[in-house]
Amino acid sequence: MTDPNLSATPQTLSTVPSKPSFWNDPQKRALVFQVLLVIGIGILLWFIFSNTLHNLEKRGIRTGFDFLSRPAGFGISQTLIPYTEASTFGRTFFVGLLNTLLVAGLGIIFATILGFAVGIARLSTNWLISRIALVFIETIRNIPPLLQILFWYRAILPLLPGPKDSMSLAELFYLHKRGLTIPAPLTEPAFVWTLWAVLGALVLAFLIARWAKYRRESTGQQFPVFWTVLVVIIGLPTLVFFLTGSPLNWDIPALRGFNFQGGLTVIPELTALLLALSIYTAAFIAEIVRSGIQSVYKGQTEAASALGLRPNRTLQLVVIPQAMRVIIPQLTSQYLNLTKNTSLGVAIGYPDLVNVFAGTTLNQTGQAVEIIFMTMLVYLVISLVISMFMNWYNKRMALVER
Amino acid sequence: MENANATNAKPEIAVSLRDVNKWYGEFHVLKNVNLDVERGQRIVICGPSGSGKSTMIRCINRLEEHQAGQIIVDGIELNNDLKNIDQIRREVGMVFQHFNLFPHLTVLENCCLAPMWVRKIPRKQAEATAMEYLERVKIPHQAKKYPGQLSGGQQQRVAIARSLCMKPRIMLFDEPTSALDPEMIKEVLDTMIELAESGMTMLCVTHEMGFAKTVADSVIFMDAGQIIEMNTPDEFFNHPQHERSKLFLSQILGH
Ligand SMILES: Nc1ncnc2c1ncn2[C@@H]1O[C@H](COP(=O)(O)OP(=O)(O)O)[C@@H](O)[C@H]1O
Ligand SMILES: [Mg+2]
Repeated sequence: MTDPNLSATPQTLSTVPSKPSFWNDPQKRALVFQVLLVIGIGILLWFIFSNTLHNLEKRGIRTGFDFLSRPAGFGISQTLIPYTEASTFGRTFFVGLLNTLLVAGLGIIFATILGFAVGIARLSTNWLISRIALVFIETIRNIPPLLQILFWYRAILPLLPGPKDSMSLAELFYLHKRGLTIPAPLTEPAFVWTLWAVLGALVLAFLIARWAKYRRESTGQQFPVFWTVLVVIIGLPTLVFFLTGSPLNWDIPALRGFNFQGGLTVIPELTALLLALSIYTAAFIAEIVRSGIQSVYKGQTEAASALGLRPNRTLQLVVIPQAMRVIIPQLTSQYLNLTKNTSLGVAIGYPDLVNVFAGTTLNQTGQAVEIIFMTMLVYLVISLVISMFMNWYNKRMALVER
Repeated sequence: MENANATNAKPEIAVSLRDVNKWYGEFHVLKNVNLDVERGQRIVICGPSGSGKSTMIRCINRLEEHQAGQIIVDGIELNNDLKNIDQIRREVGMVFQHFNLFPHLTVLENCCLAPMWVRKIPRKQAEATAMEYLERVKIPHQAKKYPGQLSGGQQQRVAIARSLCMKPRIMLFDEPTSALDPEMIKEVLDTMIELAESGMTMLCVTHEMGFAKTVADSVIFMDAGQIIEMNTPDEFFNHPQHERSKLFLSQILGH
């Protein structure tokens, strides 16, 4: 122990191990490689970009985004915002974008509702119900979505009668080959109060739900939240509507010759695309919901039953919250698929972004690089927004593990 | 803890099985099982794996359905009447081999869920009760943690507390220590011993002979779906009557 070398040894051992050299530190190494990769990709992109510009100029093709303010000169069959042939290509872009978002948004809602219903039906103890769900899932999943769109558009909708012999409901709704014609609302300025009432009712419903939860937790008494909220949401706007003198008229469709005048016609392209994509995606969602619920360990349900919880409460409080961890990431990818699949609407002439912008606009201006770039960017942004939302939701559901 | 002897209105027999039979398809898993458990009695059930011990106690709270015979719990007969099943499940707590805590809820939420949704007790009161029981199983400071953050022994003690929060009159245990590492078995057994001393009616499937000797009023030996022998712990361990009991004891005692 008197040897200074010996007594020094424990000290060196107890200090932090000497730092690895720059190249042996895995973190720094990774950083260097990543920086190099970014630089490499940057150079490649710049090379492609400048080369393309150079080639386009040489051939006398216009570049830049000036075309967006030039008049489009063509009509679109479904426009959610005012649009005429005199509108600009820029407006064409937004018309197409909104049409895409319309199908994607409605499709996601319908597919989710149908998908959860079928998925739960698949787990039913009723043999027939679960068999029907199984056949639905297996059939729909295995037919290409494009074919399903064509099926609805080419095979089913044409079976409907022409406008003249429409199937009509109370002379207000007419279903025919060219779509579904319904009365169009014509609002007077005072109608805005009814809209405010809807907003107010939603806020009130939210507060009632909060209060009912608070009351249940503080006194143990249950409150019929669902029915109260239903009455509030329907009742309040109705009341305001009549108090302000019913400031809403209907433009009732009427048959003039071979077509309808007035009213609002949902074009068959939208109906076919929406039906096909909702049903196709619902089949996948059903399978995801089934496997998600089945992934919850049987002991969880048993423990809940042993504590006296009824099956529906067990599903709500124990099974679904755990199943959602498995369901959400897969649900996200289904939502993304549905959104991307809306571009299949091109096949039946639905005026979505790909159709009116990456199709007609591109043909008329010839500015493929800009247009394809913008269109791809749109899908990328939509996908990122959906992913971010779902990730945020998933984080809230995540389990805390050791 | 509710002292069983204090309530005279309830029958003295807590659980009664009369000629209970059960089949899984062709397989006859319970054969004419007869058993009376008096209020406050502690019964230990042992027997080889697959002999029907779990099935028998799971029939008592209807996690499994018996096909013939009668099961009466706390004076209520178990049949297809959902009201009876609900009522019995409120009075009967169960602790599982694999704890079965709800992983998405904190320890405290695990303990409050059923009291709030089944007994409709206000949250504040449910939480106060839960903390009381967590204190008794000696983990009040883990109340805000999730089950995944606890050791096996701690999880099982939470599971016991969770059951007790429903203020059951009868507790069922299905091999509560067999999924635990040896060093954690004692903490769970100690909790169970304390519970037994408080007068709880208990049916425990366990091979922990020390526990049986300390607290059990009687030991039941099951084999092939039948109750072969029922005796006091002393008699059962020192003078087993049947060949199969002797064989079983020699196996688990490792001779
Ligand atoms: N759901 C089931 N379906 C078919 N057989 C089962 C089922 N559950 C248990 N069994 C069988 O019943 C017998 C008794 O099981 P169990 O009560 O779990 O025994 P123990 O708890 O004594 O080990 C075993 O042979 C087991 O394989
Ligand atoms: Mg067992």
